[in-house]
Amino acid sequence: MVCENRAMAAKKSTAKKSTWVTKKGLAQMLKGGVIMDVVTPAEAKIAEEAGAVAVMALERVPSDIRRDGGVARMSDPDMIKGIQAAVSIPVMAKARIGHIAEARILEALDVDYIDESEVLTPADDRNHINKHDFRVPFVCGCKDLGEALRRINEGAAMMRTKGEAGTGNIVEAVRHIRTVSEQIAALRGKGEKHLRNVAKEARVPYELVRVVAKAGRLPVVNFVAGGIATPADAALSMMLGADGVFVGSGIFKSKNPAKTAAAIVQATTHWANPQILAEVSAGLGEAMRGIEMRTIPEAERLSKRGW
Amino acid sequence: MAARSASSAKPVIGVLAVQGDFREHLDTLETIGATGREVRLPADLHGLSGLILPGGESTAMRKLLHRWNLVAPIRDLAARGAPILGTCAGAIILANRIADGDEPVLSLLDVEVRRNAFGRQLESFEADLQMRGLRSDGGALTMHAVFIRAPEILSVGAKAETVATLDDGRVVAARQGNVLGISFHPEIAGEVRVHRWLVNQARRTRIAPAR
Repeated sequence: MVCENRAMAAKKSTAKKSTWVTKKGLAQMLKGGVIMDVVTPAEAKIAEEAGAVAVMALERVPSDIRRDGGVARMSDPDMIKGIQAAVSIPVMAKARIGHIAEARILEALDVDYIDESEVLTPADDRNHINKHDFRVPFVCGCKDLGEALRRINEGAAMMRTKGEAGTGNIVEAVRHIRTVSEQIAALRGKGEKHLRNVAKEARVPYELVRVVAKAGRLPVVNFVAGGIATPADAALSMMLGADGVFVGSGIFKSKNPAKTAAAIVQATTHWANPQILAEVSAGLGEAMRGIEMRTIPEAERLSKRGW
Repeated sequence: MAARSASSAKPVIGVLAVQGDFREHLDTLETIGATGREVRLPADLHGLSGLILPGGESTAMRKLLHRWNLVAPIRDLAARGAPILGTCAGAIILANRIADGDEPVLSLLDVEVRRNAFGRQLESFEADLQMRGLRSDGGALTMHAVFIRAPEILSVGAKAETVATLDDGRVVAARQGNVLGISFHPEIAGEVRVHRWLVNQARRTRIAPAR
């Protein structure tokens, strides 16, 4: 009987890959977790050991990119492969905004997610990548609802609010997640005419705005990124409605990366439990050195990249 | 308030909420009119009639389960008869054996699993399959299943039985009494019948008092 079923089924395989459900599904599995920037296989192992749900493989963490200046590009494929070989958790990698070729290379490397990232120097000042054209899923940054909807409309299967990467300063991240949440809340109970205007202003289909208004949330997972440096920063992000957090420079620029990484993981799970937050925040040593926002000229703000 | 036995009261189903797609499981429970509760600490397990271990990253879940001493009380809940469902990472957490060297976590399901057995994200897929073990008459249910960096059940031991395979014969679900481990995600496929099985099972079972 079973054999018969198998033989029948074998004639017509139903398997489908790289569907919208599988693309956004991986992000759903990462929720409540921490995605950590790593620059070497050794760091990737520390991240995995600490309980990271994924790592972002890149050549320099954002704070070093900020310090070094120049053009920041996709990482060397050998470096990405080294990290893929070192860990069993998903490995993400960054492509420049609009850089279709870098994205194709990362897809060929079998990365689990591509971050079309403002942390790298944009390659196209008019077009983001048409992410529907790819089999690999994408995560993109946003500062507000309109930007999130444009990226989702282009095929992003996961969002992250941008914050200001490489600063160790949470203030921009808070601004961005609050903005997205407030703008979604403002859609509640609004009629078709209002929603059509929102769609027109955001330059996205009405249907997408309608779906967000009805659900009261984005149709894809939304993490917070950019400036998270402590367990409390991660907990704050979760309190403001994040599905999870990206931590860039905050871990490997801290005094004690392994301990800081583990503490941020704990804080992301137990964000609503102040006793546990107090426990895991203790004795971590110095966090990364932060940067006050007003010392960063507008032109050097990474979150201004993309539109 | 009169004391009521777990079997007659409306069962409360816990969903492990240390990491992963626990919200989707809670939403699925709500869809079928069941009551769910997030579980992050041992105290959250008190009074539960069933438990779901969601999809997520098993390495992260493993750390959080050990760190907050959840392993022993979950094993105890299972031993007292409460139905336990593990999806994807949850199935890995349930397994007695994990290929390639990882230590087992709960050891409640007599199977050997391999993490990411189908490959990385580009190999994630959707497929239709037949699932047995849920209907009381032993019949199979046709199910649309979503596999995300999914584990495979490499072998099924004497105490467990295979309840679903793919077209090519690879095992993707196994059951051992009140414990069900599946490689795929009904909670993101709009599939409610697995959760309904769990809730019915919880309703039917008289959970022994906690030790």
